[in-house]
Amino acid sequence: MTRVTDDIIIRTVARVLIPFIQLYALYVIMHGHHSPGGGFQGGVIFGASFILYLLTHGLEEAKARMSEMKAGLFSSFGLLIYSGIGLLCLIMGSNYLDYGRLSTILRVIPAQARSLGILGVEIGVGIAVMAVMFSIFFDIATGGEPPGGEESFGDRDG
Amino acid sequence: MRALNLFAVIITGIILIYGTQDMPDWADPRSPASTHVSPRYIEKTLEETATPNAVTSVLADYRGYDTLGETTVIFAAGISCILILRARRQER
Repeated sequence: MTRVTDDIIIRTVARVLIPFIQLYALYVIMHGHHSPGGGFQGGVIFGASFILYLLTHGLEEAKARMSEMKAGLFSSFGLLIYSGIGLLCLIMGSNYLDYGRLSTILRVIPAQARSLGILGVEIGVGIAVMAVMFSIFFDIATGGEPPGGEESFGDRDG
Repeated sequence: MRALNLFAVIITGIILIYGTQDMPDWADPRSPASTHVSPRYIEKTLEETATPNAVTSVLADYRGYDTLGETTVIFAAGISCILILRARRQER
């Protein structure tokens, strides 16, 4: 499943497509205010681009881009952004996740501060979802085994 | 036993279909879901959150606590995959 492919068509198409998939994912996250989309959808698209890279370039090359360690850190970091924004609102003296009070540090009107708070939260959700998608796929693809071992799924000859 | 199961399924299905008689029609403006807080969200979302997409403002602002829980569920799914699948490493 995660065998390195020699097929130049698959590798080239994936290499050309992945930046556009990632750009589209960022667009979906940033444009959640005006169109369907948001953190969950954009995060899944972003995670799919890493999964495509893993499928076409194999485990070893994918690990250099996005290791399991990094995926774990990113998933916690995304959740930390979300709850951190909520905590910041609490410190500023309003309710948890009540972004209106952030207007004093962002120097905008409260409605605009709420819009920016939503954006920050969506970015956190996007990072968490992206990392969790990759992490789950990585674990299932390797069966939890460390890649590169004697039972490696990464470099078995087809 | 299978006949009994089928009987239970049919009875439950009849009760559920009977229950749908009391459901409001599609897009009924006077249904309970459309008269409680929805009009307030739709009217005030641009003024209060400067976000044209009411779905996003409800998801991440009015119901932000809910979305935090959703994100935690996804995080928990990733953590459980790590715990279950990578636990096999230590056994070897």
